[in-house]
Amino acid sequence: MALLEIKNLHATVDDKPILNGLDLTIGGGEVHAIMGPNGSGKSTLSYVLSGREGYVVTEGEVLFDGKNLLEMEADERAREGVFLAFQYPVEIPGVTSITFLRTAVNAVRKHHGESPFDAMDFVKYIREKASGLNVSDDMLKRAVNTGFSGGEKKRMEILQMSALDPKLAILDETDSGLDIDALKIVADGVNAMRSDERGLLVITHYQRLLDYIVPDHVHVLAKGRIVKSGGKDLAVELEKTGYAEFLEDAA
Amino acid sequence: MAADAEALEQVRTIGEQYKYGFVTDIESEFAPKGLNEDIVRFISKKKEEPEWMLEWRLKAYRHWLTMEEPKWQKPQYPAIDYQDSYYYAAPKSGDKPKSLDEVDPQLLEVYEKLGIPLREQEVLAGVEGAPAIAVDAVFDSVSVATTYKAKLEEQGIIFCSISEAVREHPELVKQYLGSVVPYSDNYFATLNSAVFTDGSFVYIPKGKRCPMELSTYFRINAENTGQFERTLIIADEGSYVSYLEGCTAPQRDENQLHAAVVELVTLDDAEIKYSTVQNWYPGDETGKGGIYNFVTKRAACRGKNSKVSWTQVETGSAITWKYPSCILQGDNSVGEFYSVAITNNAQLADTGTKMIHIGKNTRSRIISKGISAGNADQTYRGLVRVQRGANGARNYTQCDSLLIGDKCGAHTVPYIESQNPSAQVEHEATTSRIGDDQLFYCRQRGMDEEEAVALIVNGFCKEVMQTLPMEFAVEAQKLVGISLEGSVG
Repeated sequence: MALLEIKNLHATVDDKPILNGLDLTIGGGEVHAIMGPNGSGKSTLSYVLSGREGYVVTEGEVLFDGKNLLEMEADERAREGVFLAFQYPVEIPGVTSITFLRTAVNAVRKHHGESPFDAMDFVKYIREKASGLNVSDDMLKRAVNTGFSGGEKKRMEILQMSALDPKLAILDETDSGLDIDALKIVADGVNAMRSDERGLLVITHYQRLLDYIVPDHVHVLAKGRIVKSGGKDLAVELEKTGYAEFLEDAA
Repeated sequence: MAADAEALEQVRTIGEQYKYGFVTDIESEFAPKGLNEDIVRFISKKKEEPEWMLEWRLKAYRHWLTMEEPKWQKPQYPAIDYQDSYYYAAPKSGDKPKSLDEVDPQLLEVYEKLGIPLREQEVLAGVEGAPAIAVDAVFDSVSVATTYKAKLEEQGIIFCSISEAVREHPELVKQYLGSVVPYSDNYFATLNSAVFTDGSFVYIPKGKRCPMELSTYFRINAENTGQFERTLIIADEGSYVSYLEGCTAPQRDENQLHAAVVELVTLDDAEIKYSTVQNWYPGDETGKGGIYNFVTKRAACRGKNSKVSWTQVETGSAITWKYPSCILQGDNSVGEFYSVAITNNAQLADTGTKMIHIGKNTRSRIISKGISAGNADQTYRGLVRVQRGANGARNYTQCDSLLIGDKCGAHTVPYIESQNPSAQVEHEATTSRIGDDQLFYCRQRGMDEEEAVALIVNGFCKEVMQTLPMEFAVEAQKLVGISLEGSVG
């Protein structure tokens, strides 16, 4: 059984159709990249999968671990193991990152019938994860994403992913706003999380990220559908040719 | 930070909307319904008060008859029939208890249910390292128990019910009662002066730092009863005390009036930290029932270098209407006001503070965080007055409002009056909404909606919550979550 099966997915935002019959299957242990021009529906796909309000599915189905994902609320999907690394992580003033992380991790643990971490145990747990991502204690004490640099925000996203240990992680343009050093740290963090069970869906505009997070499959999204699929070489090819051909084809 | 997550844990496990809504079936003794001189005399007699106290009450009562109920506030309410209420209700227990063992066990149960440890051994058996708290428990019109009295007395600290203070320490009461809030001050304070039934009295002698938090828990239980407690705290030269006040009431369909008066006095170099977690029954979602919380709280920083810090977390009451204030008389004295007011459903609040700068180099700081949800409406109203002689006075005011949903309101009404050109007065105000993006971000990490709201709101209030003593901070964070249940979606 595949980890994620998307069949003929149609979705609208403000009554405007954005996804138009998208099919995609991700198996455990696979890394899929979705590339595409602006406005092709990349971010919409990530929000539809994570259950954001305002993104309305009009047709099709999505199975996650055999369960109907679209029936679940956003928080339930998260607790079941769907993680979205945000393109623009949100600031929550006054809430320390560590409190935020612990609240999230304990919500997921509770869902799986595990006992919640107390404050001391959690500090231990998170420090171990944080060290590899160059996230300092000081960052953990600062309010969630508040006053963080672009690189800090993305590292915090990957730390959250690592702490929550999801079955499926969707990375929405995680490379945006990162310089090359920050990109490497983030990519190392993601690669450290590759496993036989976990599926990764990497959404990106540029091939650059895929030099560091090497995908098993690359798909081109245009006008709300997958118009071409291939191996990692497809990304290199796209970098040369651009997306123009797909825009014309799909039109 | 540990407290945040623990609080959230607890929020999740609490299913009910208002968990203090129970009524205790305790046999009570009432004064006859209604208000007249005989009732005032009845209360005074019940309290075994000296003649001067009765005279003061009667003076207040007669003055009250000449006054009109104020109408300038934003929350309006149906006329209160002052003759249709009881002004005295006391648990019937025969002779006064001499120790906690003699207190009606049912009454002790009430406080246990409220999570307030009255038995000192239980306090001591609590979490290791947790500081002990001395508690005065006020049930309807009387103080039922005060803990740690003997231990405090060893240091010359007086902590007892105000009724007892009137009898045992008349010289202090005479000197200070009404010296900050005169009997003629305002409609509700004057009413309180006539019929106040109990409350706490604290005196910290010169140079003493009170070794534990002092706390009073107020509980309205009886039906149709107003609660008029009176608290008087005096911090003599160079002393310090931290005082906590908590309030709950049963769930009832009719409104009940709570018109308390709190007076604080600090002499030279003294400091009082006064914290309130107010959780009176707020009424149901449609606005039926709930407490009218019309309270006069005022501090006189009489001495030089003295300081008063008010912290309030207001989550309950149908209507909250109060302005804990500081009169900064002593040179270099400091007044602080930290407030979180949460109004949900049909709750209304008109609250803020007054900082009156009289002495030189007096400083005041106001941090107000208002959260409105449901159909609630909230007003911050604050006065900063700098009088002519207050050279070098400084004030900083920050008022932040957070709106949840689109049917609630928030208003900020600052009054600034400065008669001294050397004064510096700053006012900052913001209004924001809980963003969909913040909620989605939290939910994408696995938190349900209520947990997410509680987390975001606690973050918004953090500056104020941090000023609360640890024991209260956890309770306050919990309350934030509970009082906002059902506010989203």
